[in-house]
Amino acid sequence: MMDRAVAIQVSGLTKTYDAHTAVSDLSFQVYAGEIFGLLGPNGAGKSTTLRTVITLLTPTSGTVSVLGHDTVREADAVRRLIGYVPQERAIDRFLTGREHLELLGALYHLSKAEAAKRIAELLKLVELEEAADRPAKTYSGGMKRKLDIACGLLPNPKILFLDEPTLGLDVQSRLRIWDYVRMLKARGMTIVMTTNYLDEADQLCDRLAIIDKGKIMTLGSPTELKIGLGGDIVSLTLKDQSKIPILVSALTKQPAMRAVKATPTGLDIRVETPEKALPAILESANRLDCQLEFIEYHRPRLDDVFIAYTGRSIKDDVLVQKEGV
Amino acid sequence: MSDCWQEISALTMRWVRRLSREKFSMLFTLVQPMLFWLIFFGNLFKQAANAQVTQAPDYISFLTAGVVVMTVLNNGLAGGVDLLFDKENGFLERLMTTPIHRTSVILSRFIFVMTITSLQVLVILGVAFLFGVQPATGLLGIAAILMIGMLFGVGLTAISMAMAFSVKSHGDFFSVLGFLSLPMIFLSSALVPLAGMPAWMGFLARFNPMTWAIDAVRPLILSGWTEALPHVGMVVVVMVVFDALCLYGSAKVFRRAMG
Repeated sequence: MMDRAVAIQVSGLTKTYDAHTAVSDLSFQVYAGEIFGLLGPNGAGKSTTLRTVITLLTPTSGTVSVLGHDTVREADAVRRLIGYVPQERAIDRFLTGREHLELLGALYHLSKAEAAKRIAELLKLVELEEAADRPAKTYSGGMKRKLDIACGLLPNPKILFLDEPTLGLDVQSRLRIWDYVRMLKARGMTIVMTTNYLDEADQLCDRLAIIDKGKIMTLGSPTELKIGLGGDIVSLTLKDQSKIPILVSALTKQPAMRAVKATPTGLDIRVETPEKALPAILESANRLDCQLEFIEYHRPRLDDVFIAYTGRSIKDDVLVQKEGV
Repeated sequence: MSDCWQEISALTMRWVRRLSREKFSMLFTLVQPMLFWLIFFGNLFKQAANAQVTQAPDYISFLTAGVVVMTVLNNGLAGGVDLLFDKENGFLERLMTTPIHRTSVILSRFIFVMTITSLQVLVILGVAFLFGVQPATGLLGIAAILMIGMLFGVGLTAISMAMAFSVKSHGDFFSVLGFLSLPMIFLSSALVPLAGMPAWMGFLARFNPMTWAIDAVRPLILSGWTEALPHVGMVVVVMVVFDALCLYGSAKVFRRAMG
C-alpha cells in the first residue's frame, strides 16, 4: 500500500464562495489503478472537489496535482491526461453520437484518421454503433449515459472522472455502467467517481472518502470502514414511536451497547456481541412496555458507516430533497 | 496555430449543424425581420410616412437601412443564447475540460453569428430590391454595409455572451433581451429620422450606437458615396469605441466563467 504510485495528490484544498466554504482543508491521495469514490450527501463538497481536480475550479488555497502536474499552473497538461463524464447529460440533442465524438476528437487535436479509428472502437465498446448516426435527442437515458462515457474515454485518458455516473438510471443500465467501470479498471485506468449511492460505492470502489460539510469524515476501503466501525448493528422498529426516547436513554447506560441512536421509526444500536446485547435489549423493551414491530440484526453496512460519520442517513437526505421540490 | 484552427472550425461547424437541424426555427429567424418589418411595416406606412421627413423616395427604401441594422441588433443580442444552453446542460463544462484555448469557444461564436447575420442582411437587401430599392453605391456599398453590420455585431455578441455567462437563469437572460431590443429600435433612427423625432427621443437616440450605424447605411442605400463617406468614416470610429468597451467588459466575465 505504501509504495503505490500516486495519481492525484490533494493537499490542503480549500474552496470558498463569498462567505460560504464549500471545501475546507481537504487532503487525500488517489493511487494509480484504483477506483476511488467520493461519497457524501448533496452539497457536501464532493462536486467542488472533483471540479477542482479536473481544472474547472481554482482552489482558494491548497494545491492539487494530477500525475505530477499542478491543476492551476499546468492546467492544459492535466486536461490532456484526463477524461470527464459530467453529472448532467452534457449532450447536444441536435448532434448525432458520432458527431459528439468527432467534435471532441478535434478539440483533443487528433488527426482525422486517428479520431475515426478511436471513435469506431468506442462506439463498439458502449454498444452505440447502430444509433451512432441518429441525433442524440432520440436516445434513451441509458444511451445518453453511454455516449457520455464514450466522450469521457475519447482522449484515451490516464484518469477517468465520473460525476454521479448512474444517477437516475434504471437498474439494467446501472449494472451495465458498473461493468464498464470494472473493465476500465482492469485495463489499468485510474477512476475517480462521486456517488450518492452507497451500494455503488460498496460494489465498485477500492477506497472511498466520505465527505460531509466540506471535510473528509473518513477514508478507506469499504471493508476497512465497516470493520473500523466495530461491532454489529441491531435495528429496532417500535410500534409506538413516542417511546423511542425512553428506550434510548434506558439502553445508552448499559455496558453491552456501544452506541445507541434514534432513527425515525425506532433505534439503531451498535453492540459488542449480540449474545449479550439482544437479551438485554428485549428485557428493557419489555420492562418499559415498548412493543417491537420489527427487529433486525446485521453486520455493519456502508449505510451504518455513513450514518456514524455524518450523523444522518443518505436516504433521509434524498427524502428531504424530494420534499423540498 | 493549426491546433487553434482545428478547434475553432470544429466548434463553428457545431453551431452550423445545430442551426441546420432546427429547420423550422431557422426559417423563422431568417424570415421574421423581413416579413414583419420590411414588408408589413414598410408597406403599412407607405402612405402615412411623410416623404418630407424621411427624405426618401418611399418608406420601404427609407426603412431598409433600419431593418438591416435591426437584424444585426437582434442576431447580436441573441448571439449568446446557445452558450447559455451549453452552460445550463453542462456541455460547456465538458468543453472546458478539453485542452483547448478558452477563446476558441468565443471566437467560434463570433464567426458563426457574423456569418449568419451577413447572409441575412444580403437576403434583406434582396427582398428590398424586389420592392424597388436599389443601393445607390452598388456592390461596394453592399460590402460597406456588411462591414458596418459586423462592426456593430461584434460588440453586441460580446455583450450577449457575457450576459449568458453571468445570468442565474435563462429566464433572466430572455427578460433582459426583450427589455433591450425594442427600446433600442425605437430610440434610434430605424423607423423615423432623428429630425422627425420628439426632441427628447432624438436626444436619447444620439447616444444609441444603432443610430450611427443606420445613418451610415442609409445614405449608402439612398444617396451615394459623397453623401455616405463622412457617415461611414464616423461610424467606424464610433463602432471601434463601442466594440472596445464591450469586449473589455465581457473579457472579464469570460475569464471568470471559463478560467
